[in-house]
Amino acid sequence: MNRNAMQKIVTPVLAIIVFLALWEFWVWYMGWPTYKMAAPSDLWPAFWKFRELFAINAWQTLWRTVVGLGLAVVIGTILGMIMGLSRLMNDALYPLLVGFNAVPKATVVPVVALIFIGQHDFNTVLVAFMISFFPITVSVAIGLSTLEPEYRDILRSLGASKFTVFWKIALPKTLPEFFGALKVAVTLAFIGTNLVEIVAPHGRGLGSLFDSGRIASNYPLMFAVLIALALLGIALYYIVVALERIFAGWAERRPT
Amino acid sequence: MTNLIEIEGVSHAYQTASGPLPVLDGLTLSVPEGRFCAVVGPSGCGKSTLTRLIAGLMFPDRGEVRLNGEVVRSPRKSVGMAFQNPVLLEWRTILNNVILPLEIVAPRMPRSQREDRARELLALVGLEGFEDKRPSELSGGMRQRASLCRSLVHKPDILILDEPFGALDAFTREDLWQLMHRLRAEEPFTALLITHDLRESVYLADQVVVLSGRPARTQFVLDLDLPGPRPIEMLYTTQSVEWLAQLRAQIEIAQGRSDTGGHAR
Repeated sequence: MNRNAMQKIVTPVLAIIVFLALWEFWVWYMGWPTYKMAAPSDLWPAFWKFRELFAINAWQTLWRTVVGLGLAVVIGTILGMIMGLSRLMNDALYPLLVGFNAVPKATVVPVVALIFIGQHDFNTVLVAFMISFFPITVSVAIGLSTLEPEYRDILRSLGASKFTVFWKIALPKTLPEFFGALKVAVTLAFIGTNLVEIVAPHGRGLGSLFDSGRIASNYPLMFAVLIALALLGIALYYIVVALERIFAGWAERRPT
Repeated sequence: MTNLIEIEGVSHAYQTASGPLPVLDGLTLSVPEGRFCAVVGPSGCGKSTLTRLIAGLMFPDRGEVRLNGEVVRSPRKSVGMAFQNPVLLEWRTILNNVILPLEIVAPRMPRSQREDRARELLALVGLEGFEDKRPSELSGGMRQRASLCRSLVHKPDILILDEPFGALDAFTREDLWQLMHRLRAEEPFTALLITHDLRESVYLADQVVVLSGRPARTQFVLDLDLPGPRPIEMLYTTQSVEWLAQLRAQIEIAQGRSDTGGHAR
């Protein structure tokens, strides 16, 4: 048990240290200046220098991602319910959704930016939503439509309403699939937010900070942003994991 | 004795892509109150359709299903169901799984009263101490015991058992057969058991109904006049072997009819 815990903490930390050391060595060996490539040791000063910008922009990126994801959860779940409970709606909407999902969102950004010109917050949230609702819809729809008839029958045979069956059985039963999709969706929403911040620069969010680093050939700043993005992404992901433990922890098989 | 379940001339067909598929054809069957009726027949002969008709989950094209003299037009609270798959809810503890029907049937019953009732049943089936476990922590036989508790918790008049012992190993199955007799003694109910196992039907039932091949009608009814407790050894008596042979012969006939009955596959 103790050995296990040590292994779980020490080995990844070691791996990270080795990775950073190789990176540092490589940049030093090639003799690259900071306008060509950044070494790990350059990142902290860059971060510290722009720490206020980091804080402001990280917040911008974070709240837009969370709002976009929240929209994706609400609308994705409603769409999934409609498709999962009605064969007709499933047949009608499925091809449309697949097509919608297949469109690369980078091409949507300029369209959205043109339609809602100047509405930066709205645009960003919209793209974060559009890129992330699909997996949620599909997982909820599949979870509901594959419910074994016996599960329905045990309550229906007692005269329970459709809503009761949904609330007591169908909904909790789809939670593991829902959280699986949410883990994918949270990363996608994050990508969506940054996409808008980089492609349609409006001077807000970590994406725009990255872009200003790019324009100035400031590699330490760009890499510092990347690492900040990675940390933010990890934090969001593990928040979802924590929620999953709380609401769908029962689905986890305990080692026996 | 009044007939609790009365099925009269029931016919039913499913609509499929290649036209209607008749599964029941003028089926007639009655089960007096307190009796245990087993229904056997070739596979695919419409036995599960029969359970759904009795539970009021679907309605026949022709004929009548009556419970307590009343035509079934909707699901009713006085029915308990158990299936081959125990269908326990993984996110609920065993206790809360057993309570589930009470949440529908008796929403006003206080929580403590519900729990007492569930605990009482769980103790009866030997699941004392497992109340707070999750279904995934139990063996197949234990899960099926919990499922039986759930089907009985609201004191249904009619227990519908759709092959609940079908997926269990032989010894666990015999344990559960004996449990059914104990449950009957403690919690009186009228039962309709769907099964493929002739020994199971002879050990558990007061009345065994053999259905013909699809579309099914009642082909043969065997009344087992055996009052009092039934030790598992009763299966090895001459009488039981005779019954089994009789039923086996009827199954042959039923399968024969379905082979020559004109449904080219």
